[in-house]
Amino acid sequence: MAATTATAQALDRDLLLRRPPRSLWSDAWRRFRKNRLALIGLAYIFFLAVIAVAAPLVAPHNPVQSDVQHAGVFRQAAWIRDPNPMRTGSWEYPLGTDSVGRDVFSRLVYGTRVSLVVGFVPMVFTVSIGMLIGLVAGYAGGRVDNLLMRFTDVVYAFPDLLLFIIMQVAFQDAWIGKLLNGLVLLFITLSLVSWVTVARLVRGEVLAVKQKEFVEAARAIGASSVSVILRHIVPNTLGPVIVVAAYIVPGAIISEAILSYLGIGIRPTVRLDAPFPTSWGSMILEGSKAWESQPWMLIAPTLAVASITLAFTFVGDGLRDAFDPRQAER
Amino acid sequence: MLLAFVIRRILWLIPVIVAVTTITFFLMHQAPGGPWDREKPVAAATLKALNQKFGLDKPVWVNVGEVRARWQAGERNPVRLLGAFLDSQYFRYLWGLVRLDLGPSYRSKGTESVQSILWRKFPTTAKVGPVATAFAVVVGVPLGVLGALKQNSWIDYVSLTVATLGVSVPSFIIGVLVIIFLSQAFGIKPIRQPEEWRGFSTAYLAPGIVLGLGTMSYLTRLTRSSMLEVIRQDYVRTARAKGLSEFQVVTRHMLRNALIAVITVLGPAVAALVTGSFIIETIFNVPGMGREYVVAIAARDYSMIMGTTLMYALFVALANLWVDVMYGFLDPRIRV
Repeated sequence: MAATTATAQALDRDLLLRRPPRSLWSDAWRRFRKNRLALIGLAYIFFLAVIAVAAPLVAPHNPVQSDVQHAGVFRQAAWIRDPNPMRTGSWEYPLGTDSVGRDVFSRLVYGTRVSLVVGFVPMVFTVSIGMLIGLVAGYAGGRVDNLLMRFTDVVYAFPDLLLFIIMQVAFQDAWIGKLLNGLVLLFITLSLVSWVTVARLVRGEVLAVKQKEFVEAARAIGASSVSVILRHIVPNTLGPVIVVAAYIVPGAIISEAILSYLGIGIRPTVRLDAPFPTSWGSMILEGSKAWESQPWMLIAPTLAVASITLAFTFVGDGLRDAFDPRQAER
Repeated sequence: MLLAFVIRRILWLIPVIVAVTTITFFLMHQAPGGPWDREKPVAAATLKALNQKFGLDKPVWVNVGEVRARWQAGERNPVRLLGAFLDSQYFRYLWGLVRLDLGPSYRSKGTESVQSILWRKFPTTAKVGPVATAFAVVVGVPLGVLGALKQNSWIDYVSLTVATLGVSVPSFIIGVLVIIFLSQAFGIKPIRQPEEWRGFSTAYLAPGIVLGLGTMSYLTRLTRSSMLEVIRQDYVRTARAKGLSEFQVVTRHMLRNALIAVITVLGPAVAALVTGSFIIETIFNVPGMGREYVVAIAARDYSMIMGTTLMYALFVALANLWVDVMYGFLDPRIRV
């Protein structure tokens, strides 16, 4: 008897536990790590996050203070020579200065904050709302499902940029539009539409998972609805949701840039200690008015937006391959 | 079956349009200011006359005051009372919609109706769109096919790089860079005067291509991946084995199946082009529908805002319908 148990244990050890069990997460991370571009993207985002947090240390000047006497107006980028000594490039102002003598490089550094915050906060909102609605619709089914899905259909048909624009115009001057230079309103605006994608996705996954044996087993041993949802259904929907979330972030960053470019995004501020003084989108707006006199006012923020969205696309592609190896490229 | 599905989906457009109207109406009236705001304050009497002329003196949602007045005047007919109750800006607009009347444009002081402005502006937008779509299909699909046929060659890497850049870098960023580049390097001015947009002119090339870039990249990626899937199928091997020329194998056996996915996404891709057009129109100063929207917002031209939004919403809805129908049409395995 004792011998059989020992043999069984030996078998267990040899057959099953030779390889430590892999969870979805470690498996995904293993695949993600192999994707060099995704790692570069992740590293770049991490680098920007550090810059954003440490902006006061990185930026050589205050991003709001204008110092025309010393900085000059429309000073060129450091490597560009100009006969006018007030306009020739100087490494004190690496990317030159703008129309009121503010350091473009410092503004760029502070702009990182807005882009990251505006990418991540609405993403968290949309994923939470989308998951909630998708879970309820998929799990409850019937009339609730029908009602919620028709609602998402309506939102889905809304041309999102038009909604963003009118939303910003409508509430820009209300009290809510003034919180944090208008960031709070931007969060709400950018969360209005993209939750639909998440909701539809989650609902589909829930409908599929709900029928599985392990859910039935969990119910059979008397698990409550809440615990079935939280312990068995939610973990199974997380993979695809993470992938979608990774694409929502650059979408929000682009939308913010467009809104600010149209002059209805973040509010310009003159407060010297504002934590979010400007965004890359507003810088593009300022730059596009003055690019003939100071091209780097425009080039720098456009490259910044381009590189951050590129990094997020790399990470998104990597996550998609990691969580769903069968459905590469779509 | 398909027809019933299409009809049901088209009927479903009605509540969608009503919802879009209601939401836009609400948001629009939240915005401070009105259509008659000018730098100089307008005389109160003129203002009153204008408001009266366009029904802007009515309440926004429901007209409770009118019901009360009629009731006190002794009116008891429920239909008439309901009529008075609904005598508001919102219900007047809905009633106009039913009659396909989008109302007068306030910016033109009522001299021109919204539908005639849209009718006038739409051809310009409708010319940028096809340039973009044509560019996306003509460049994107072959690039994807080449990439897949010569997988892991330099062509493949070039097409993948272009596609990744095009998908991730927003078109308005590319638009801004293209304007600088063209005017700095070649002395070409991509921003044209309004009169240069009549007919078909080279003016449409730059905005069209910039607008189409994202869709092109998307199509490249999609074509490449679905080609790669098809290349390894047994029927392709059979086609080769029976001695068909490589060209025939590619066009008749691979492309045909690979393009199913491409055609299905064309609907939303075109819709994205149409809605994306308005930021490109703003950058390139194209006098189209999209720029009209931005101008209308600034001028609080309520009926114009509503008209353009509805037009765009209709496009998006029709594009979504196209996807669902195409799925059922091209791939019999999927039932609509």
